[in-house]
Amino acid sequence: MSAVAAPGARRRRSASLWGLVAWAAALLFVAPIAWMVLTSLHSETDAATNPPSLGAGLTLDGYREFFGAATGAGPWPALVNSLTASLASTLLVLALAIPAAYTLSIRPVRKWSDVLFFFLSTKMLPAVAGLLPVYLVAQNLGLLDNVWLMVLLYTSMNLPIAVWMMRSFLAEIPVAILEAAAIDGAGLPAVFRRIVIPVSAPGIAATSLICFIFSWNEMLFARVLTGVRSVTAPVFLTSFVTSQGLFLAKVCAAAVVVSLPVLVAGFAAQDRLVQGLSLGAVK
Amino acid sequence: MTGTSSAVTEEVRGRASVRAVAARTAGPGRAAAWARRAPLMPALVFMVVVTQLPFVATLVISFMDWNALYPDRRGFTGLTNYADVFGDADLRASVLTTVWLTAGVVLVSLVLGLGLALLLDRRFRGRGLVRTLLIAPFLVVPVASALLWKHALYNPEYGLFNGALTWLWQLFGSERPPQPDWITSMPLGAVGASLVWQWTPFMMLILLAGLQSRSTEAVEAARVDGANAWQVFRFLTLPHLRRYLELAALLGSVYVVQNFDAVFTLTSGGLGTANLPYTIYESFYKAHDYGRASAAGVVVVAGTIVVATLALRLVSTLLKEESS
Repeated sequence: MSAVAAPGARRRRSASLWGLVAWAAALLFVAPIAWMVLTSLHSETDAATNPPSLGAGLTLDGYREFFGAATGAGPWPALVNSLTASLASTLLVLALAIPAAYTLSIRPVRKWSDVLFFFLSTKMLPAVAGLLPVYLVAQNLGLLDNVWLMVLLYTSMNLPIAVWMMRSFLAEIPVAILEAAAIDGAGLPAVFRRIVIPVSAPGIAATSLICFIFSWNEMLFARVLTGVRSVTAPVFLTSFVTSQGLFLAKVCAAAVVVSLPVLVAGFAAQDRLVQGLSLGAVK
Repeated sequence: MTGTSSAVTEEVRGRASVRAVAARTAGPGRAAAWARRAPLMPALVFMVVVTQLPFVATLVISFMDWNALYPDRRGFTGLTNYADVFGDADLRASVLTTVWLTAGVVLVSLVLGLGLALLLDRRFRGRGLVRTLLIAPFLVVPVASALLWKHALYNPEYGLFNGALTWLWQLFGSERPPQPDWITSMPLGAVGASLVWQWTPFMMLILLAGLQSRSTEAVEAARVDGANAWQVFRFLTLPHLRRYLELAALLGSVYVVQNFDAVFTLTSGGLGTANLPYTIYESFYKAHDYGRASAAGVVVVAGTIVVATLALRLVSTLLKEESS
């Protein structure tokens, strides 16, 4: 009896061992973030000690400082700009990507894979090589320091990935449903409203999430093209360190606040995130 | 966002004209073909206008002597900027830095991501929570993560790393713990480590998706036939994961090669960590040498086209698998 049970027991023991290894790895990876949160809750003197002071009293002073009890406007305009740029560009990306992906997957035009490659190829080339002309054009059109310019740029940044993702999601729609709709006399707008969009809703959610994350995180373009009125959260974050010297607790509080929307959205929709990142290759 | 994988677009253009001729001779089929293509057009036109036109402008400016600080001198100079670019030791160094940083970060995070994905593919208590924790580094805003590494972890006086060393040494009664200055003593490694931390979860997520799409039957059959864990991994898991490994490496490279945030924040391009995006940013934004920055940009695009063509060929095999 025991001889029969032994391999099972051994397997269980090794399973729990690998579980421990996984837990150790997870704690190691999350330690810097935990440290950032802990530091943000310390006073400036407790934050900058060596060895680290784990037992020091917690305070919200870092956050109070960041939200600008002393400096007036504080980070709100930057956060609102980032939210505007990220949300508006995500909507614009969806409006352009869904019809394009429909053409590339459900009603393939000839040479559809060449078109698909064109989209992907734009993503592979360094953004920095187009920065200067964009800057000069924006300067001449009076679009510098304008949050809507960022909307356009973030749309072009995310559109290729969105087309690729949506194409593989739309390819999952059974052709029979679409043919039935066509026989019933539904036009293209009706097909979109009644079938394509409802059926691919999870894919649309995954695509939106990834577009939102990449727009919210972008800094190079925002740094060069935004200014006083349209500054985004990541740029605000860097200016914040250099202009005021280093206040560790305050910097950590700022980093936590700016990362929070993406962290919350990502945690809430992690299955969709997986699906989206593998470009819909997984069901 | 800029530029053309010229081979690909040339091909598209060539075939488009063939198709136009065919459509004209076909007559009534033409309108239908356009109706079919219509939903694609807005996205295509948008991408051409916003990404290809600026690149054409970059190309033109690259042949000009144009420094914003000397507006009188503006004019065409032929290949001077290109000669400058290729003669510039800093730029050559930054090409090498970009290659090292990208290859190193992608490889290390791919291997770590594979290990973590294999761990997460097993059943154990709290697996969902472990996955959630492991995703977190990818979700922290890159600039915030760079600030975190620079000030809260690497700082030689009060960073967590040296703080932990002090604490450990005190535990054993020593008053003189080593206190290395991480960024100064290993600048590229310091930038790379922060990027590996950020990109490992990304690799893990893609590979985990791959593992979970694997059929368990083949693995069970192999086990029954007496295959050990290594043999299952080598001959079943790894071949199945190939396309996911390729996808992860491709997407990872696309983003890491363009990295600006970590280099800008951690070292400001100092100590041999200036990669191409940072170098071009400097010659444009700080030196205001538009002509030279554009030439450097064109060179970068040309180099990327070579790499991208190889990568695209790889993706095209994926697409063929899909349609067959």
